[in-house]
Amino acid sequence: MIRITRQVLDEKAITSKLKLKVHGAVVTFAGTTRLYSDGKKVRMLEYEAYEPMATKKLREIEADMRKKWKLEDAVIFHRLGNLEVGEVSVFIAAASEHRAEAFDACRFAIEEIKEKVPIWKKEHWVNGKPHWVRADANWEVKIPEPKP
Amino acid sequence: MKVTARFFASYRERIGKRSIDVTLDRNATVGDLVTYISEKFPGFAPHPDRIVVAVNEEYVSHDLRLKDGDEAAFIPPVSGGAS
Repeated sequence: MIRITRQVLDEKAITSKLKLKVHGAVVTFAGTTRLYSDGKKVRMLEYEAYEPMATKKLREIEADMRKKWKLEDAVIFHRLGNLEVGEVSVFIAAASEHRAEAFDACRFAIEEIKEKVPIWKKEHWVNGKPHWVRADANWEVKIPEPKP
Repeated sequence: MKVTARFFASYRERIGKRSIDVTLDRNATVGDLVTYISEKFPGFAPHPDRIVVAVNEEYVSHDLRLKDGDEAAFIPPVSGGAS
């Protein structure tokens, strides 16, 4: 299950959405907004998405998690809008019968999100003009092979 | 043919619009659209030849031929999530 929302991400409530029968391991990752960026104090972060494509990419990432690892279930939530420092901007939960799969799937998901999902954040500092955070300056996406 | 160019984050702010409709020659490529936009809005991106574009919600190369009605999103370097 994936969701893009402007609501506060409730980690416990999202984790409880996992549909589990055999249990064993649940690994969660919460990305939270940092106080410092480039040594400057952050006041607020503003998240913007190309929503239909971000939804599509999150769905693909969830499907890839399930393809690569034997998972019982997986959820990815991403927040949009204005966030204060310390709030959860992205939350991932992966469940598997044994821990290795859930750990690896969770790590994979966050790296993929950062690379492929069209969501941007604008940092508003305590002092100074706000700016859009760039990913790696050499960021390039892999263009998928055209489907026949 | 007509296509819609959409802009996000830094591109949207520098261009001052979320989207514009562009009329292009038949057989125009994504690269042609990028050239058109960067001539109309000079300096909106530092390296126009390296701009990432998604057509109909999928990342594509600048060689791709556009079709009438396509939506081409100009994707600034992505930085979703945190940490």
